[in-house]
Amino acid sequence: MEAKSARHPDDIPALVVRNVSHSFGDKKVLNDVSLTVEQGQFVVLLGLNGAGKSTLFSLVTRLYDNVTGEIFIRGFDVRRRPSQALQRLGVVFQSRTLDSDLSLIQNLKYHAALHGFSGREASERAQAALAIVGLSDRAGDKVRALSGGQARRVEIARSLMHKPDMLLLDEPTVGLDLGSRESVVRIVRDLVAKQGLGVLWATHLMDEVKATDHVVILHKGRVLYNGRVPELLSSTGTKLVSEAFRALTGGSDAQEEAA
Amino acid sequence: MTTADTLSRVAGEHMLTAESAETQTRRLGLSGYLACFNGIVWREILRYLHQRERFLSALVRPLIWLFIFAAGFRQTLGVSIIPPYESYVLYEEFITPGLIAMILLFNAMQSSLSMVYDRETGAMRTLLVSPFPRSFLLLSKLLGGVSVALLQVYAFLLVAWFWEIQPPPITEIKLFTMYDAPPFLPPILGSVTDPIVTPLFAVPSFMQSFAGYLTVIPALILAGLMLGSMALFMSSVIKQLENFAGVMNFVIFPMFFASSALYPLWRIREASPLLYEICRLNPFSYAVELIRFGLHGQVDTVSLLIVVTFTTLFLAAAIFAYNPSKGLIARRGGPGGAA
Repeated sequence: MEAKSARHPDDIPALVVRNVSHSFGDKKVLNDVSLTVEQGQFVVLLGLNGAGKSTLFSLVTRLYDNVTGEIFIRGFDVRRRPSQALQRLGVVFQSRTLDSDLSLIQNLKYHAALHGFSGREASERAQAALAIVGLSDRAGDKVRALSGGQARRVEIARSLMHKPDMLLLDEPTVGLDLGSRESVVRIVRDLVAKQGLGVLWATHLMDEVKATDHVVILHKGRVLYNGRVPELLSSTGTKLVSEAFRALTGGSDAQEEAA
Repeated sequence: MTTADTLSRVAGEHMLTAESAETQTRRLGLSGYLACFNGIVWREILRYLHQRERFLSALVRPLIWLFIFAAGFRQTLGVSIIPPYESYVLYEEFITPGLIAMILLFNAMQSSLSMVYDRETGAMRTLLVSPFPRSFLLLSKLLGGVSVALLQVYAFLLVAWFWEIQPPPITEIKLFTMYDAPPFLPPILGSVTDPIVTPLFAVPSFMQSFAGYLTVIPALILAGLMLGSMALFMSSVIKQLENFAGVMNFVIFPMFFASSALYPLWRIREASPLLYEICRLNPFSYAVELIRFGLHGQVDTVSLLIVVTFTTLFLAAAIFAYNPSKGLIARRGGPGGAA
């Protein structure tokens, strides 16, 4: 007992999902899903629309509870210790969640309040978060005046304000033009490299997977592959992630079905 | 390192590691709760102030009732002296508390619908990933809605003031108790048919002329909370309520018309004993009466009791509906019913 508890807290994975299944009525949406995101690891959750990505995110963010299996954020069980778990979790949802009539800083201060920060601390955190995504000069502008990519960056800034260890992003680049996509991806990858965040990046866009990434392929509620990209390619005998995906899922093409 | 390794490593240890990370856990103390509450309420108010159309329509609706409907009816409908009125009142004055309650009701339905809409767009989900207890978040959100409703009520009362509909000067805050038990209740509950008036405390003379505007505040908050939690519960259970036309037809109109908002209940009794009993079963009637007495510096104890009871019930039901393990969100298949 003594020896174990001496383990350095930095070793605790940012996110552990273990044997999670979930059904809506008779429909099984998640079937024994397990995955781990270490500190400073960028994990791509690859799956078509309807693969169960959003359900998994709902369970991790505790919109509703997982009935089977366990989910830990930095060692905290989201069901038993939701407050501690959620304090360490940042989320960028798929849908737009900013108030378009309010300014960037008003939006961020609202989120700071949701984590119990007020006054100067809230302002400082908001400014710091905007600096990370390169939008400090737009602090007073209304969200309405931003482009889609800029709004996404504000949502990333918002998810970082309470300094989480784990960042969930649900299809963060959907609907963005190429330039915006690249800047959003770069910002998040920088966070992983420089600040050691664990990131789970859900997408159906195969070209967002880098050759060195860890990838989890989710298909019809099941994890078909969980490992690094080179091993994925060699085990399937393919050259591209999209080909490997097609080989594993038995023909369905992510790009086509999603489009 | 494989996933299996990590899992087994974490498996036996998560309790211990959780304890060691405890030192880094920020305690969500009282100031944190306060910051969270203020943030949620302030967002509601900011959003409201940026929607000028919503402000105007919320103001125009009761004013139409006041200026057109009430003006037309004042000749046909005489209101006799019933508590808390001490003299004959104009019909406009009689329906003012009802119109205030209507503002609260519209606002409650609107903001709870926006919560359903929010749940689909994700704004509700950003609220629910806050580390504070969900019941606290929902209550804060409801009180944010009530704050917006209070702004609308006072804007309405200001216009009404120019129309010379003003609460009377108040010299004393009183408790008012009159209970006329419905026949289907067991006799043990008894009935007090003569009002018992208990003076509580005197109002300082400089405040007497406008005291009604202040004494109504607790009634407004309580009534707003009751209607807000009712709306929140209904919107989380009944899918059909996602369009406002349905809400108008099936909630707002029945609640508003089958109540003491537009006519004193004794007059309804003369017309239809059945309708009278329906009105008495309608919690909205008690919200109206609480506000009516509040404007006169009186606490109607029966209405207070009933409104507090319904608030507690609706609030508990709404919190239950949003409870992640028992709740109805999961059963409905997630946000927007999509799996």
